[in-house]
Amino acid sequence: MSTPQPPMPQTAPEWQAAESGYTSPIPVVRTHLGHAIASEWTKIRSVRSTMWTLGVFVLLVVGIGLMTGLVIAGQDADLGGESPLGLGFFGLLLGSMCLITLGVLTTASEYGTGMIRTTMVACPSRARVLAAKAIVFFLVAFVVTLVSATLIGMLHVAMLEGNGAKDPSGGEWLKGTVGVSLYLALLGTLSLAVGSLIRHSAGAITIMIGVLLAPLVVALFMFSDSLRDVQQALFEYSIPNQMSVFYANSLSESGPSGWDPVLIMLCITGVALGAAFAVQESRDV
Amino acid sequence: MSPSSVGVMIELEGLTKRYGEKIAVNNLTFTVRPGIVTGFLGPNGAGKSTTMRMMLGLDRPTAGDVRIDGKHYDQLKDPLKYIGALLDAKAVHGGRTAFNHLLCLAQSNGIPKQRVHEVLDTVGLTAVAKKKAKGFSLGMGQRLGIAAALLGDPQILMFDEPVNGLDPEGIHWIRTLMKSLAAQGRTVFVSSHLMSEMALTADHLVVIGQGRLLADTSMADFIARNSRSYVRVRSPQREKLLDVLHQAGLTAQDAGDGALEVDGGKAEYIGELAARHQLVLHELSPQQASLEEAFMQLTAESVEYHAHSGTPAAPQQWGEGWKKG
Repeated sequence: MSTPQPPMPQTAPEWQAAESGYTSPIPVVRTHLGHAIASEWTKIRSVRSTMWTLGVFVLLVVGIGLMTGLVIAGQDADLGGESPLGLGFFGLLLGSMCLITLGVLTTASEYGTGMIRTTMVACPSRARVLAAKAIVFFLVAFVVTLVSATLIGMLHVAMLEGNGAKDPSGGEWLKGTVGVSLYLALLGTLSLAVGSLIRHSAGAITIMIGVLLAPLVVALFMFSDSLRDVQQALFEYSIPNQMSVFYANSLSESGPSGWDPVLIMLCITGVALGAAFAVQESRDV
Repeated sequence: MSPSSVGVMIELEGLTKRYGEKIAVNNLTFTVRPGIVTGFLGPNGAGKSTTMRMMLGLDRPTAGDVRIDGKHYDQLKDPLKYIGALLDAKAVHGGRTAFNHLLCLAQSNGIPKQRVHEVLDTVGLTAVAKKKAKGFSLGMGQRLGIAAALLGDPQILMFDEPVNGLDPEGIHWIRTLMKSLAAQGRTVFVSSHLMSEMALTADHLVVIGQGRLLADTSMADFIARNSRSYVRVRSPQREKLLDVLHQAGLTAQDAGDGALEVDGGKAEYIGELAARHQLVLHELSPQQASLEEAFMQLTAESVEYHAHSGTPAAPQQWGEGWKKG
């Protein structure tokens, strides 16, 4: 829609002399991304599904983490100098499904309810709407994950002092909190982009659960020797394994290591968001 | 032109929307002028909603152009202050409260929070502001949609079939609201498939059928052209009455049921005429052809879904079609 504008007629038609339009007392504002972000923040905090998914997420991360910690502390098991942060992995892995769900719902539920038409009429820049959604969701998911992961990490360190757990180094703390939170928030943002592309909540959630689990499951059934390399790659680049990289204390010979998973997820999410931006421009809402 | 100076108008130019083979909107060109109520009329499936969605930048036109205040809708920086639209009362997230629904819309256009309370008050939803929208009745949902349309205190209001499914009280409320909005100098563009509804509210009329423009006329013109008034007369002395009418220079048509339809004379005059010639009348009543009839005639050829009048056809015997084939 960028056809050149024809010049406006210079002479006022006769009706203009007779009628003067209505003048509103509300000041005219040039809106920008900030307005859309405020709007999306109101939206995300005012529906129960946000409270549910994030509530269950915190419950899974902290609850499963606490149980794991208590079991190990109660058994007098010896961690043999391992970092206790890795115990938070199971809760975060399960919790990732909550973030996937919330990410999808942030976009797809508007299409399901028809709210998207109201949204787009209020803010005709589709790119701005999607950008605001992605920013608000990413920040919410990142902060909630960071707080949960830090909390359970500190609890684990305190609980397992007597079990031969080592004090995690600064780098390990950073990867086990900020790193894994960035990764999960990006995974949720990928779900948001998929939700915008698919425009159907159940469909998009199914796809994302598939992305989360399928590589591991497929790898499990690759018995043939000729597929050994494929199996290895599927396993190493599966989302659960990439998440475990944030807790790995030794570098494996192949596959992602260090902060690689964040970069990989950043690229995938960027591509999916780019596709969502491009596709929504030409679609009818 | 800023939205606060002179009235904002909507210009459609050759607007076309095609879904595959089917043309929903076909080369529509008209202008919605400021300060009046324009009725957008057409049978179901005529393309009214599609046209309105294209006006609001929701659907992309296949060809042609819509401009509001000379700009495309997506070039408006704070669209809610130009146009308030009620497209579909169901276009709401049911889990959100009425207040939060309006708040998020207000925020996206930089409209102060106070305004949310004002519009809730205007539509009478203050008491249920903290209730979730999914519990709302159709009428309440419609009021919430109208509250959203009024948020930016816009110059143009666009309503898609606003009275559909409402009870008489709700219909009355919407009519009064539209009139008062127009009286404030705003532009009101309202679609309907009911001519009678438009006759009560609209100053100007745009009629479409199968996506094509059928009429673009003032309401007064439409009424003058299409509402024929006549007098229905029935008499046992039919032939004599016809003569008398003919001598008086009045034309009479056979109404088909033994009565006559007399054009161009008042009932009083015809009654006196009959009395003077000592004719017995069994019926004498002034009649007005309804606008609904005029509308149906105008759109008769373009009605998308014809219902067969009369009794429904009996189902064919199973397998009947095979023998013929």
